[in-house]
Amino acid sequence: MATIHIDGKTYEVDGANNLLEACLSLGMDVPYFCWHPALGSIGACRQCAVKQYADENDKRGRLVMSCMTPSSDKTFISIDDEEAKAFRKSVVEWLMTNHPHDCPVCAEGGHCHLQDMTVMTGHSTRKYRFNKRTHANQNLGSFIRHEMNRCIACYRCVRYYKDYAGGTDLGVFGAHDNVYFGRAQEGVLESEFSGNLTEVCPTGVFTDKTAGEHYTRKWDMQFAPSICQGCSVGCNISPGERYGLIRRIENRYHGTVNHHFLCDRGRFGYGFVNREDRPKQSWLVRQGQRDMVGVDAALDAVAGWLRGNDKVAGIGSTRASLESNFALQRLVGIDYYSHGMTQATHELVQLARASQQIKGIHVPTLRDMESADVALVLGEDVTQTSPRVALALRQTAKTRALQLAAERKVPAWNAEPIKNIAQHERSPIFLTHVQATRLDDVAADCYWAHPEEQALLGFAVAHLLDHAAPAVPGLAAEVQAKAVVIADALRSSTHPLVISGISAGSSTLVQAATQVALALLKIGKPVALAQVLPDVNTAGVGMLGGLALEHTLESIETGDVDTLIVLEHDLYRSLPKDKVDAALARLKHLIVIDHQQHETLAKADAVLAAASFAEADGTVVSMEGRAQRYFKVYEPSYYKPEICQRESWRWLHALESVRQGTAINWSQLDEATAELAAAYEPLAAIQQAAPNARYRILGLKVAREPRRYSGRTAMRANISVHEPRQPQDSDTALTFSMEGYVGPQEDSALIPFAWAPGWNSPAAWNKFQEEVGGHLQHGDPGVRLWAQSNEPAYVALPSARVQPAKGKFALVALHHIFGSDELSSRAEVLQGRQSLPYVMAPRKQVQAAEGSQVQLKIGTVTWTLELRLSDSLASGCLGLPYGLLPAVEGGEAELASGGLE
Amino acid sequence: MSTANPKNQIIVTDRGDPFELTADERQAIESAMHHYEDARAATIDALKIVQERRRWVSDGAITAIAAVLGVSAADVEGVATFYNRIYRQPVGRHVILVCDSIGCYLTGFEKVYERIQEILAIKPGETTADDKFTVLPVVCLGACDRGPVLLIDEDTHFNVTPENVGQVLEQYA
Amino acid sequence: MSSQINVGIKVDRETHPLTWRRHAAGGAVHTLSAYEALEGFAALRKIMGTDPLELQKTVKDAGLRGRGGAGFPTGVKWSLIPMGPDSGRKYLICNADEMEPGTFKDRMLMEELPFQLVESMVVSAYAIGAQVGYIFLRGEYIEAAERLRSAIAEAKAAGYLGNNILGTDFSFQLHVHEGAGRYICGEETALINCLEGRRANPRTKPPFPQQAGAWGRPTIVNNVETLCNIPDIVLKGAVWFKSLSQGLSSDAGTKLYGIAGRVKNPGLWELPIGTTSRAILELAGGMQEGLELVTWLPGGASTDFLMPEHLDLAMDYDTIGKAGSRMGTGLIMVVDSEQDIMKVLRNLMVFMARESCGWCTPCRDGLPWTLKVVDALSRGEGAVGDIEWLQDMTRWLGPGRPFCAHAPGAMEPLQSAIKFFRGEFEKGIKAV
Ligand SMILES: Cc1cc2nc3c(=O)[nH]c(=O)nc-3n(C[C@H](O)[C@H](O)[C@H](O)COP(=O)(O)O)c2cc1C
Ligand code: SF4
Ligand code: FES
Repeated sequence: MATIHIDGKTYEVDGANNLLEACLSLGMDVPYFCWHPALGSIGACRQCAVKQYADENDKRGRLVMSCMTPSSDKTFISIDDEEAKAFRKSVVEWLMTNHPHDCPVCAEGGHCHLQDMTVMTGHSTRKYRFNKRTHANQNLGSFIRHEMNRCIACYRCVRYYKDYAGGTDLGVFGAHDNVYFGRAQEGVLESEFSGNLTEVCPTGVFTDKTAGEHYTRKWDMQFAPSICQGCSVGCNISPGERYGLIRRIENRYHGTVNHHFLCDRGRFGYGFVNREDRPKQSWLVRQGQRDMVGVDAALDAVAGWLRGNDKVAGIGSTRASLESNFALQRLVGIDYYSHGMTQATHELVQLARASQQIKGIHVPTLRDMESADVALVLGEDVTQTSPRVALALRQTAKTRALQLAAERKVPAWNAEPIKNIAQHERSPIFLTHVQATRLDDVAADCYWAHPEEQALLGFAVAHLLDHAAPAVPGLAAEVQAKAVVIADALRSSTHPLVISGISAGSSTLVQAATQVALALLKIGKPVALAQVLPDVNTAGVGMLGGLALEHTLESIETGDVDTLIVLEHDLYRSLPKDKVDAALARLKHLIVIDHQQHETLAKADAVLAAASFAEADGTVVSMEGRAQRYFKVYEPSYYKPEICQRESWRWLHALESVRQGTAINWSQLDEATAELAAAYEPLAAIQQAAPNARYRILGLKVAREPRRYSGRTAMRANISVHEPRQPQDSDTALTFSMEGYVGPQEDSALIPFAWAPGWNSPAAWNKFQEEVGGHLQHGDPGVRLWAQSNEPAYVALPSARVQPAKGKFALVALHHIFGSDELSSRAEVLQGRQSLPYVMAPRKQVQAAEGSQVQLKIGTVTWTLELRLSDSLASGCLGLPYGLLPAVEGGEAELASGGLE
Repeated sequence: MSTANPKNQIIVTDRGDPFELTADERQAIESAMHHYEDARAATIDALKIVQERRRWVSDGAITAIAAVLGVSAADVEGVATFYNRIYRQPVGRHVILVCDSIGCYLTGFEKVYERIQEILAIKPGETTADDKFTVLPVVCLGACDRGPVLLIDEDTHFNVTPENVGQVLEQYA
Repeated sequence: MSSQINVGIKVDRETHPLTWRRHAAGGAVHTLSAYEALEGFAALRKIMGTDPLELQKTVKDAGLRGRGGAGFPTGVKWSLIPMGPDSGRKYLICNADEMEPGTFKDRMLMEELPFQLVESMVVSAYAIGAQVGYIFLRGEYIEAAERLRSAIAEAKAAGYLGNNILGTDFSFQLHVHEGAGRYICGEETALINCLEGRRANPRTKPPFPQQAGAWGRPTIVNNVETLCNIPDIVLKGAVWFKSLSQGLSSDAGTKLYGIAGRVKNPGLWELPIGTTSRAILELAGGMQEGLELVTWLPGGASTDFLMPEHLDLAMDYDTIGKAGSRMGTGLIMVVDSEQDIMKVLRNLMVFMARESCGWCTPCRDGLPWTLKVVDALSRGEGAVGDIEWLQDMTRWLGPGRPFCAHAPGAMEPLQSAIKFFRGEFEKGIKAV
């Protein structure tokens, strides 16, 4: 702590920060550009100047850059000093000499940091009377638009892209007032995290191209606090809507999870919500025809099938909310409810959770991962399965740099010297996978092998750490050598991190990671263990009990079930086609509740049009066991009264009451949540995941629309000139209106969008935080559900791996950030970045040429696929892109053309 | 990089690719790498090695150099475009660098500069039609006591005058 | 054709540590044998086996100040480098980027006395415990590069450089690194970035290069002329070195002074530090026929103009500083009566704006604007308020406001021009 004096007043601050951070944390307004809370200081823009005095008697003082000056004890500064103000005004004036005055046509306008800072410094008259320099723009692909003339050369983009996100294809070129930020040659930005450029750039150089396609000003969008549906990380997002279309996804600051950044799947994968082909109304299929029906008719028809029928089963979904899954469970009864996971997946999920409930184990948030000093990632290609984790690990790699800098008394915010001091030094990160990954560039060592063999490496590490864990006999010398290096690094760490996951489908891998964590615990290390799961709510649904998917299909086969309700689930993604086809064919009634069209839905006798995450409220649980709530962004029927989409839980609860003849008693989400909490003790805390519908700030509900929201009266003029009442939201404490609470002055626990007086850009988040870059004032959203109380023992070594039959390969899943996830891969922009189906083979083991079409035989199915060759893929393995091909059974395959050598 | 600087720049569309480093270039770059703790430091050496042999550095050369040094093409391009003496556009067989700093200014470089442009019928940044000369300004050549000064390829010419500059240029084939 | 060097003065081994060998040899000293014949590598032999800290102390006592422009005491700089067995890899870099307009001294030292610089570097490396050194040479100094490379090769073959120098366990590798042109590379931290193969943006200080320089390791950067003083300080001692300024200045040693512009015989002289500019002008034979001295820059394009009345001031750091300028590199540029001062200023500003690295706002965007206003004034296209605006700029781009010293340097000629020649600025304002 330090005492500092600002304009004659005294404040207590965290002396480890620089003065800019300290002032912003105290709620003061100091303009800045090149500094960013996640990127630190470089002192380039000179915008944050303040006057510093030697002591209380010094009256002259001197200008210093607040971002480059420590907030040490007994610092005396003035922000209001006339000279400092005049200098800051000049800085903006210089920046504006080349900035086009194109705000009216600029996509950044209205949430532009440069606009905010220009107003803040009071620069309002243009004196510059000469020509501006101009640049050509580049086509950077379908995500990001480039408009270089707007650049103010703050260098944030390259610092974020290269230094923070590890990208290699963005740079700064030229010199003096002709500096250019872009790619060496025009082309698609390669980083999986390129979208953050749109928020990192303080002006309109890098903007969201997908938003540009259907552009709306920030102040004209309606927002809600939401959760990304792209994977199990649970990043917080602010989707913005206008006229019933999601216009863009912005990062919603969360102090312990995603803080400032999202991945491109999460940011640009929202297009599935806007698809024209979504079920907008319910329908019944009669004589092969779809009959569109209203809510009551749909309910009546379906209830007719359910009433008195004891052969009704339900299949839930890991991409649906807890409330919806619970409603299904109540409707069909726990004995007829399937959680929607295969037996194998469900076991893996249980195993993963059990490992994270071990006494003494710490389940890390992304922030925790970033501060680890040694990391071991077993078998999970996090860049593809949980991309935001990969971005966190890129920061983990830098903890060593921070340590080296600290030894030289260089503070953590002083970004450039830290880089210079560290050069190539990194914290050790060890990665295992079936082949090379996009994160290998920060790895100290990688091991590419079949998942079961990767697991053996893990067991060997555990044994080396603690000899009480079983030894792994017969390990190849080079694998043993790797194990020794990893064990040594973990042993000397202070904050070790172990990450694994279930994407490889291997329980031994999860067990191996657990074994390493246990061994670290035994030798007294504060170990963090993360397990990556597939879907947004895999963790939550995994806590609800229920049957495996295969079990339900069997009941259909045996005739125990003749009516099936499928909740937000395309069964063909989970099980092989022949199995699903056979089961569905036997059904009397198939009812599908979903918001997307898919193969299963195409076979339904009744389809109940569901609301997606953008039109519904619900609770999901992330891979760290954090229950979080997402909120409805807009009410679709307001724009198109014919749209009749309902939250799945509402449909299911209504069906339950019709089926049982009981009253509808869930009129609000809170009631569903409360019953769920009561029914499942481990889920009791979900009620605290977010404020309930009674929550008010200063007696007000929270506004979804910014104060300047315009054109509301004209919005529906095409339908009727009478402006209807705004949709009412009885489920939550939010309103579909600009009337309501907006901004950060009161501790707001529901923040739909970041805005504070004078701060329209994402930098407004500073105002919502306890201290800049820290936690939100009202606490970071969500509640952690998992207690750490298990006390397991070491497991025995797995039995030896069953090698594929002669001439056959073992199948392994290869995940893709764009394509492997069901919902985002339905977004058109992401489809443009998706790979075509292929089979990946080890280069040394096939004769066929790269790119040729080859035949792949898996059991009885044969596919013709493009062959890709890999130098790193473990020998004896064939990789198939997860999600890009139908589900298959069996771990082996034969390559018809050109087999094993 | 594509910046449209209205002055001095001819935007070349044919960037001279495809490109492959010769064995000799590669060897020279690799031996320069040994001078430093880190291969990246040889970036400028590498650019100059290529430029010495090919007069200028094409897009393909940037990528090839990046691959040898194990750094990104964006970084190599960042370096190549930062420094004055790396040419990312084709230049003539001889590059005439005219010192335009204060010492030469006071001793009348402007007249010499004009005369060169007159003789060659090109403006600074341009190359003669016969591909023989490119003219560029350069910062103080550290011979202010003998100005105006020109650097043509590896030869420094002192006390150049509008009258004798023609003879100086004639020395080049 | 080489510069006129030391014309008209008596050069002596006792009084000219930088250039006496050139005089004794009757010209450049390009071979090892010629250098050895002139006490070459005697300093190196003398220090081998002695305590490096002693050597640092001698340099500190000698009062040698950096000749690169800023005048920082060399011995003090050296003493800030970590010493001892745990201090790890360290670097010595010779700043031979000489691009300050008007400066032509380091060129001569390297072209004519390459061995002297090589020896200076080995001795200095010994003093700070550096294992590797670089001569950071601007790419346009083609002859210097050849001379230095061949001197390094010869010295290495003779055991003065490389592994186990003179049979001891001291090793030092020396490389010539040629830049690709940018004035800012002369700024020591930008130089380090350039050496590392990066864009030559200056670095944040602290940490200073002595703590974390090239590749994050302790590094000393010294100017060519600074380093070339070291062998004779070693051989003849601190007291002797101090005496060289002959009481003309409180500073120690000699200085390579020069003069350019339209004087009769422009050239370069090694003179006691503190010699007056008038004496230097006289050595050059005065102004060319029919020209008057109007104003002058004492040490490069980033120093303030001084007037004829300042000619009798001692050319040393403090005296010139007190007169409102800086000694800078000590090479004088005279502006004669036929020049248009606004055009002269415009030329300086073109250079400064073009050579900005593009890192910080005041420099990157402020200098081009300043240039445009100066240009407008020089063409009679100035606007009312331009002079006051320029004065604001000299304050806003003054020391401490931009990131490094480049933009403040650019402001020095401008602010002094407004001070001394305001009338010329006023003439440039377009009548409305
Ligand atoms: C813009 C700028 C350019 C510089 N150029 C040079 C140069 O060309 N040569 C040089 O020796 N020092 C130059 N310097 C000074 C160096 O930063 C540094 O102070 C010097 O090399 C230290 O050596 P010294 O202590 O021996 O003088 C320059 C400084 C600045 C700010
Ligand atoms: S492009 Fe944007 S983020 Fe990058 S430097 Fe320019 S203004 Fe800053
Ligand atoms: S050169 Fe740009 S601030 Fe120094």
